[in-house]
Amino acid sequence: MTTVARRKTPKSRHAASAPRTARRQGRAFSGSPGEPGRIGWLYTLPALLVYGTFLLWPLARGAQFSLYHWDGLGQATWAGFSNYTATWSDPSLRGAFGHLLVLILFYSVLPCCIAFVLVAAMSRTKIRGLTFFRTVLFLPQVVAMVAVAVAWQWVYSADGPVNTVLGWLHALGLPDWRHGWFGDFTFALPAVGAVGTWVGIGLAMVLFLAGVQKIPRELYEAARIDGAGPFREFFAVTLPGLRRELAVALTLTTIMAIRNFDLIYMATAGGPGDATKVPAYEVYNRTFNTGEVGLGCAIGVTLAVLAFAVTAGVRRLVEGKDA
Amino acid sequence: MNVRAERFVNHAILVLFSVIAVFPMIGIVAQAFQLPHVDLSTFGTAWREGHFATYLRNSVIVTTVTVVTSAVLSIMAGYALGTMRFRGSGALFLLFVAGLTIPTEAIVVPLYFDLRSAGLDNSYAGLILPQVAMSVAFGTFWMRAYFRSIPRSLLEAARIDGASGWTTLWRVLVPVGRPAILTMVLLTTMWTWNEFLLPLVIVNSDEGLRTAPLGLSFFQGTHKTDYSLLMAGALIIAAPIVIVYVFLQRQFIAGMLSGAVKE
Repeated sequence: MTTVARRKTPKSRHAASAPRTARRQGRAFSGSPGEPGRIGWLYTLPALLVYGTFLLWPLARGAQFSLYHWDGLGQATWAGFSNYTATWSDPSLRGAFGHLLVLILFYSVLPCCIAFVLVAAMSRTKIRGLTFFRTVLFLPQVVAMVAVAVAWQWVYSADGPVNTVLGWLHALGLPDWRHGWFGDFTFALPAVGAVGTWVGIGLAMVLFLAGVQKIPRELYEAARIDGAGPFREFFAVTLPGLRRELAVALTLTTIMAIRNFDLIYMATAGGPGDATKVPAYEVYNRTFNTGEVGLGCAIGVTLAVLAFAVTAGVRRLVEGKDA
Repeated sequence: MNVRAERFVNHAILVLFSVIAVFPMIGIVAQAFQLPHVDLSTFGTAWREGHFATYLRNSVIVTTVTVVTSAVLSIMAGYALGTMRFRGSGALFLLFVAGLTIPTEAIVVPLYFDLRSAGLDNSYAGLILPQVAMSVAFGTFWMRAYFRSIPRSLLEAARIDGASGWTTLWRVLVPVGRPAILTMVLLTTMWTWNEFLLPLVIVNSDEGLRTAPLGLSFFQGTHKTDYSLLMAGALIIAAPIVIVYVFLQRQFIAGMLSGAVKE
């Protein structure tokens, strides 16, 4: 989470870069309590030890494992990059990465679109109970994904709410749209995606709400004087003003999609068939079910690279436009 | 569109999506308590058969130790990186920042094999230490940002009063930085409580060490289609964090916010 957190993009877009550098150094260093430099290492050391041993070291070991064929028990044999080539050439794994692309639409693009509608609704007129709406809409973010998975299995079940409503529609003369959603070859993946959309909306909304507050009111007044309606106002003022928040929301939700293990494990286990296999699940599946530890690690490393690339890419996109 | 009509449409949109947001949660509660005739028996059955007392206790232990340890380590590291100039501090910061994007999926397999050879699988240490490592990456970044925002006059005043760096940190800066620290604590609490993949892999044989989300997944394995029992289990594991959220939602949301668009 909070993956884009580390951005330290200049807040004020108008500040010239030279004074900013000076200010930054002044802030960071002149407040030093005047102890010898090595003290800094002492303060950092405990954190660094745990972080290095239990995060960086496993990451390096994962990269090492990914270069071997190993079943987790016997002798490991050198594999070179064949686990990585398998990641792209094995049809089932290629399918998993394809599913990830589809899920990114559901986890990332769709929540952002819906959040825009919600934020427009929250910011154009005075809304009673704004805090209540904000709290409720963010709630899905807080609940453990395993509990979310159980709740949605019920929502999608044969006599659950979705099929009940579709049953009423059928009774009114519409076609019968009822399905066993998570168990249906065609609909399982979108059904998983819809849960991701449901979770992601609140996060995007909260980000956009904060961004909207930073947009100068005069821009809205000017737009209204020009006679702009809700739509023109949105595309001319709100959307451009939220570019930075949009980038952050897209990054965070995309990484949520990349890390999508809990929901798949609990709700579909990749099935029916391979219909909802995703790379995050395959890391676990290949390692512990089919005994392909090296391949599991190669997929894990690929996911880490993907997550890093998404973060760096979006950041560059936003900053590049700024410059 | 006149203002009246627009206000109505806006409220309608918000109500619609709020209903969608809480609907599955209301479903959980309704099924678990067998509403409308409040019946606690399902709940009790789930509690007993699911061994949720044990799982909740484990989750409380793991979460508390993880959050306290990572908070102390992050405050110390963030203090050094935010206020002191020393050789390698820039590179050190980048190293921590790099950890923020690393997904659990990328480290969980090697962690399992290395912790197993060290005899740390199926142990609290095996559950806690990797979790601390992940939290420390975020926490150090977070606390550094706070310490950089501190007015230098505050540090100088403490120095003139003769306080050492260590005393300044715990007696002056930490009390002043309560909002930043609280936010960090809330977020790491939520992530640690909800973590699933790590306990799933690390706790593979000792049932007595399962955390709450892990317990729910095994409970699901034995009660595949009994939705009221499953929902009671889901409620038990989700409730603690939801209660914390409802009481502290302002800080929670503020935390989510500033973590993402700190500039």
